[in-house]
Amino acid sequence: MPTEILMPALSPTMTEGKLAKWLKNAGDSVKPGDILAEIETDKATMEVEAVDEGILEKILVEAGTENVAVNAPIAILRGEDEAAGAAPAAKAPAPKADAPVPAAAPSQVAAPMIVKAAAAEPEYTGATATHTVREALRDAMAEEMRRDPKVFLMGEEVAEYQGAYKVSQGLLEEFGPKRVIDTPITEHGFAGMSVGAAFGGLRPIVEFMTFNFAMQAIDHIINSAAKTLYMSGGQMGCPIVFRGPNGAASRVAAQHSQCYASWYAHCPGLKVVSPYSAADAKGLLKSAIRDPNPIIFLENEMLYGQSFEVPTDPEFIVPIGKARIVRTGKHVTITAFSKMVGTAIAAADILAKEGIEAEVIDLRTIRPLDTDTIVASVKKTNRLVSVEEGWPFAGIGSELSALMMELAFDDLDAPVARVHGADVPLPYAANLEKLSLPQPDWIVDAAKRVCYR
Amino acid sequence: MAKSATRPASKAGVQVTPQDLIQYYRDMLLIRRFEEKAGQLYGMGLIGGFCHLYIGQEAVVVGMQAAAEPQDSVITSYRDHGHMLACGMDPKGVMAELTGRRGGYSKGKGGSMHMFSREKKFYGGHGIVAAQVPIGTGLGFAHKYNEDNGVNMAYFGDGALNQGQVYESFNMAALWKLPVVYVIENNQYAMGTSVARSAAGLKLCDRGAAYGIPGQQVDGMDVVKVKEAAAMALAHARSGDGPFILEMNTYRYRGHSMSDPAKYRTKEEVAKMRQEHDPIDRLRERLLAEKIIDEAGLKNIDREIKDIVSLATEFAQSSPEPDPSEMWTDILVEA
Repeated sequence: MPTEILMPALSPTMTEGKLAKWLKNAGDSVKPGDILAEIETDKATMEVEAVDEGILEKILVEAGTENVAVNAPIAILRGEDEAAGAAPAAKAPAPKADAPVPAAAPSQVAAPMIVKAAAAEPEYTGATATHTVREALRDAMAEEMRRDPKVFLMGEEVAEYQGAYKVSQGLLEEFGPKRVIDTPITEHGFAGMSVGAAFGGLRPIVEFMTFNFAMQAIDHIINSAAKTLYMSGGQMGCPIVFRGPNGAASRVAAQHSQCYASWYAHCPGLKVVSPYSAADAKGLLKSAIRDPNPIIFLENEMLYGQSFEVPTDPEFIVPIGKARIVRTGKHVTITAFSKMVGTAIAAADILAKEGIEAEVIDLRTIRPLDTDTIVASVKKTNRLVSVEEGWPFAGIGSELSALMMELAFDDLDAPVARVHGADVPLPYAANLEKLSLPQPDWIVDAAKRVCYR
Repeated sequence: MAKSATRPASKAGVQVTPQDLIQYYRDMLLIRRFEEKAGQLYGMGLIGGFCHLYIGQEAVVVGMQAAAEPQDSVITSYRDHGHMLACGMDPKGVMAELTGRRGGYSKGKGGSMHMFSREKKFYGGHGIVAAQVPIGTGLGFAHKYNEDNGVNMAYFGDGALNQGQVYESFNMAALWKLPVVYVIENNQYAMGTSVARSAAGLKLCDRGAAYGIPGQQVDGMDVVKVKEAAAMALAHARSGDGPFILEMNTYRYRGHSMSDPAKYRTKEEVAKMRQEHDPIDRLRERLLAEKIIDEAGLKNIDREIKDIVSLATEFAQSSPEPDPSEMWTDILVEA
């Protein structure tokens, strides 16, 4: 059956072009790969190759013709053993010009950001012991490595040195060098490698000495770990935990002092966790290691040495996606995460002396954010102060402000207030550093402002 | 130093039967015809965005797969259609992904550059130049960790070879003796920049010398030579001796992607490669000269391949577009 040769689109944006030149004449026989014609697009002159074998029966568009529309028939090709003059085959249906509008698509606002409420967190009533955050993180990894032989830890100085911040103490001794692996200083490489290991069925825990250095690896975190499940239609899960200290330490200046919460929370395909207490550090890290998705686990160096009561039951875990009310109050809601929870509690103590009862919420998970808990609190207090160490622009506080407008506008008695790090690269000088990072009195001032006091 | 940058390919144990040669011909022809059809569908507007064709390079992946074991894994760049077909993935699913349809390997959500098949041990399909190199190294890490006797074949181009993460991968793979064969598909041009204008120093296969990784240049237009080199390199990696680098000298006939007119090289250069080095024509001549098959037999193969590609094309056009609700799935694995 003769087939029509159609004017091809030769770039993603081409709609028409000039048929510059025919390199075959009517009556010529053509083989797949033979160059038939030259076509000028909006960008370049391209050659058009034959796909099918046959005789070029008729040229429909003469050389030199301008503005030939894509998919217009330009010639007729007949099979070598076919009679001339038969009617051409119906050509393949042209694609619909415009993709159908997904009329039934879920609401842009509701679907991705607000994940259904995490499983209710049972109140832990068992035995506890006092541990530092550092020990809690180590215990979480050790317990999960005992539980699942596919879990391994990789990073700079995690094995023989016992961790640059001593978080992985004792793990090499218990699990050996196959599962506790010192890497060269090669963040981009070992982040990509661990993604490959996760694709290959393992469950890597990747320690970044600090999250500042993960910027070397961010292509693999976003493009390889977070997006591949979607791009593979659900085939390629990437169970991996990227963990390490985040945010300002002390006097290490701008390159080593940055909060990455809003960077990673921006990206679908990731979960972002940032605990404050040792119990949450342990329970959330265990959940993160068991989770089938890529998790960004943001710790804080200044918290590593702080002690808290930690459940001793090895089955104690904390669900990802659930905030915790660490102090109840009725006048103003204060949200914070990581080290800033301590700062917020200090502020709440000061506020209490002045008769303002603040409700302090530890977000614990940044993505998926537990909006239910925040909105319920704001419906009670009618005021929200967001606290974070990071920069203001497009920060976690910005997101909370937008969410409160969308979800609790009628409940607000004052605009949402944002307390955040100063919008500067963090300075080294002790006085300037202190002026750049949120202090309890900043939160006190913001809380009074929204309470009109 | 690399102990054997010039180490000769060990041909011991590499048997190629007449039936094998016919199979390689068929496999290469399938890729060629599939890619030609993909180019045509692109021209009809049925395939959008970026589309990088493998025409000219068929002998590389077919020769490598001819030497691979079932447990071995494969990863490559965005020029990936040939690798998927060589791994045994269904041409229908690949073509339907190119047209962005429900029946595609990624349900229409990945496109030309992002397809995967765990079943066939094909791990993509990666759109960021060289990102597949550390990921493939990690698959090699998993092979070793799981003690499954597998090797990862990580394919990348002469352009990707200049990315820093390639050397980070070489270092770790050599340090930990990971079972990885790095396959440099040197098609002479990184988009429009020739190797001479982008690569300093040693031969590309010797870029692992600083890490003690042996490398070898291979005629990537000769499927049997590729298979011999692949067998040697895979045996090296499988035996616990660490990674191996194969530099496949090959050539792409088409532009870098569909919208590249390839003005950075002469028509004569392309014509000479096609006439003198085409991997399919060369094998076809050998099959006829050695009377392994006759013209009629070849015609039958041509017809079979044409039918496979036609069925794939029909499927790729008749499979519906993804349901709008599909937009919101596969973002996270539900725990």
